[in-house]
Amino acid sequence: MRTSTLLTSVQLARFVAHGYLRLDAVVPEEMNQEALGLLPKGIPDVPCGTPVADAYPDGSFPRRLVELPAVAGALRSLVGPDPTVDHHAVHVREPHEGHAQPLHGDAIIDVRPDAFDVQLMYYPQRVTPDMGGTLVVPGSHLRRTNESDTGRYQNLRGQTRLVCPAGTVLLLHHGIWHGGRRNDSDVRRYMFKIRFNPAAPQVRLWDTADMADPAVAEELGRYFPWYEQATGRLEIYNRVLLWRALTGDPSFDVDHWVTRVTNRPAHRSHA
Amino acid sequence: MTLRQQVLVLYLATSALDSPVVGWSRYDGTGTTRPTTGDSDEPPYSDGVAALRDGWRLIQASPLLPPQAGAEYGTSFLKHEFFFEKLS
Repeated sequence: MRTSTLLTSVQLARFVAHGYLRLDAVVPEEMNQEALGLLPKGIPDVPCGTPVADAYPDGSFPRRLVELPAVAGALRSLVGPDPTVDHHAVHVREPHEGHAQPLHGDAIIDVRPDAFDVQLMYYPQRVTPDMGGTLVVPGSHLRRTNESDTGRYQNLRGQTRLVCPAGTVLLLHHGIWHGGRRNDSDVRRYMFKIRFNPAAPQVRLWDTADMADPAVAEELGRYFPWYEQATGRLEIYNRVLLWRALTGDPSFDVDHWVTRVTNRPAHRSHA
Repeated sequence: MTLRQQVLVLYLATSALDSPVVGWSRYDGTGTTRPTTGDSDEPPYSDGVAALRDGWRLIQASPLLPPQAGAEYGTSFLKHEFFFEKLS
């Protein structure tokens, strides 16, 4: 039986393909109730780049949140030891506010090939279909777009409109296309977000015991329903490059995509 | 009577108008509906030609552009975007 809270290779591959990981109801109910008292008042800002231990003192709500075993294990697997806090924010979708956020990626275009930030999104309430749960587009994180330039896209096949139990946490690659949906309910919806910057190379940070599991390549070769036929193949190509960076294995491939187009045997003289 | 424009944007799986819809957006100049981000999981039509059959007029299609040298493997915006209108 596995006792580690680190992610497995298959889970990491799933994150690399989807661009996010969902942990349902990992925060206990008493903490959810505490959060619903705290979040309306806001969480004081911290300077960008503050180590977690300095940003969130022992015993504080955010510190206890990121130290929950499932959350801590996943964060350690993705951004490594001692990440810094980029920023945090309390997001609110007001009841019957009448509009949704445009589909966007946070911050600015960020095309780092061998590093990524992780955004934690915590939902202290049960999110029902009409509460405007976050829209997330699986497999969008490697697209090179800038912030809300994707705002023209209202719906994409296979998008996920978050419906979840209280205490759910999402961990997202910084590039994922997402947006707060229109809240058509009578309930104010809260979400607490923390963006983490890695402070160590993101290489083999997870439990690698299952690295040879065929499910790793299956996850990395996954297509999503919104992918165009041709561009979907490039998504696999780009995932292979990211997986090579995360594993330090320059020979890894899925269906020979990268190996084929980088094969350039040295020319030999026939003189 | 003033005619007002309804706009439908379909994103298709290939550059062919009869290929499957992978994404969709609507904008309603009549004010009778208020489409927005993430408001539906199923597209209004299965492919672009199905929209034509239902009376939508195609007004713009994405040009086919070769990839920029050095960026052949990069992915960005959806490539196969088709704008339709109805006047009512």
